[in-house]
Amino acid sequence: MATFFGEVVVAPSRAGLDEEEEAREETPEDREIRREIEKKREIDVLWTWKSGGCGEELLVCSRFIVAIGRNAAAFLSSFILDSVCWEVVGVVKLWNEWCRTSSTTNVLPTDSFCLFYRLIADPTVLLCQCSCYVAEDQQFQWLEKVFGSMQKKGLQVTILSTCPVADYKTQESTLTLASPFLKALKTKEFQDQVCCPLLEQPNIVRDLPAA
Amino acid sequence: MFIPCDRGGGSAAPDFKGFTLLMPAVSVGNVGQLAIDLVISTLNMTKVGYFYTDCLVPMVGNNPYATAEENSTELSINAEVYSLPSKKLVVLQIRSPFIKNKYRPFCETLLSWVKSSNCARLILLSSSHAYQRDDEQLLGTPLRYLLTPDLEITVGGRMQELNWKEMEKVAAYPGISDTDKVLHIPGGGITKLLFTESCSKGIQMAVLLKFCSEGDNIPDAFVLVNYLNEWLQLIKSDVSTVGSEWKIPSSWRLLFGNGLPPALF
Repeated sequence: MATFFGEVVVAPSRAGLDEEEEAREETPEDREIRREIEKKREIDVLWTWKSGGCGEELLVCSRFIVAIGRNAAAFLSSFILDSVCWEVVGVVKLWNEWCRTSSTTNVLPTDSFCLFYRLIADPTVLLCQCSCYVAEDQQFQWLEKVFGSMQKKGLQVTILSTCPVADYKTQESTLTLASPFLKALKTKEFQDQVCCPLLEQPNIVRDLPAA
Repeated sequence: MFIPCDRGGGSAAPDFKGFTLLMPAVSVGNVGQLAIDLVISTLNMTKVGYFYTDCLVPMVGNNPYATAEENSTELSINAEVYSLPSKKLVVLQIRSPFIKNKYRPFCETLLSWVKSSNCARLILLSSSHAYQRDDEQLLGTPLRYLLTPDLEITVGGRMQELNWKEMEKVAAYPGISDTDKVLHIPGGGITKLLFTESCSKGIQMAVLLKFCSEGDNIPDAFVLVNYLNEWLQLIKSDVSTVGSEWKIPSSWRLLFGNGLPPALF
């Protein structure tokens, strides 16, 4: 694409990355490198309640609240979590180009972490604070590993996350919009009252909250 | 991979035997996806299921084809399947980009689903970078088609009647004569991979693509969907009307950003 100044630039396509590399056959070396990278990017979910750490027992869960992103995680820390009523029951260990989490459960608010808490008074209520960024190729894995450990009958999941106001699509300008504001998405199985308006078209949610 | 919608009554998975599967490639200008949106919206197709896949970036929103308050709150995700039994048509819509290294696994899973669900044929709507055209391609129609050998047998003649242009192969090493000619679809996403895999697996598959550039690709989508309609006759195309009979979905609002702040003026 030629710009006004006469320079030729490659315009990024909304469709994504160039596919030529993808179509190329992998050499054994490529395959080995890809496997090593995949192994490095594998995520581990470590549950403290699992005896021996490798049992097949499922966690009985009736309510699961997931806070994704620093703002949502901070909200839980400020208003919900405390060391009296909640105990840590799990941690996610992962690495990607943006962050690394460890298996320690003793974290600072400025760290990147992903921890699971259980309400001591009702152990079927689970809470997750995920302040780290879970990359695109790790989101599905996170989903399968976390939900794979749960008995999902009668489970109600609430996901808390934040998005920049500038990303909100609306007829008016976002400059005049009273922010912050809440919007919700719900499945048709969710019968309870929603505390705020539903997210209007054409807005969407992506990444881990969407997954 | 394919999860049918729970329509109540414990109904079994929908039957796609003999159906035409129509789907987009995530390609330059997202033209295939826009064209599919027009098909689903105009024909008022019913959602029958979705793909549970780790190959696409996750996304979710409310019903993109909403026409009223009542039908605007159904969730919609990145890969959904719609059907119109009266036209033996099943449509897959893809709404997000592929995750790196996932092209091949997706194509393999998709083609094995096409075979197991007994779809008669697969039609892929795609696009390719307009700036990569050669001198000959710059003239004439920007639309092209491709057919796998298995589909060539049945519809090759129809393409001749419609006077459609087949996608040209290009020299593997440009500038050097006497080299092999290969298929090259820059900006086409999974198009080339899916086509070559379909050829080798004996699947009846067609690709319909348009040369275009990034920008306002709505006109490109209309051109592509009308091209498809010349063949499949999904809607009545009235030559006398200038406008199109295709219905734009409500989710196409605000494609180029929000309203402007009044203070700007």
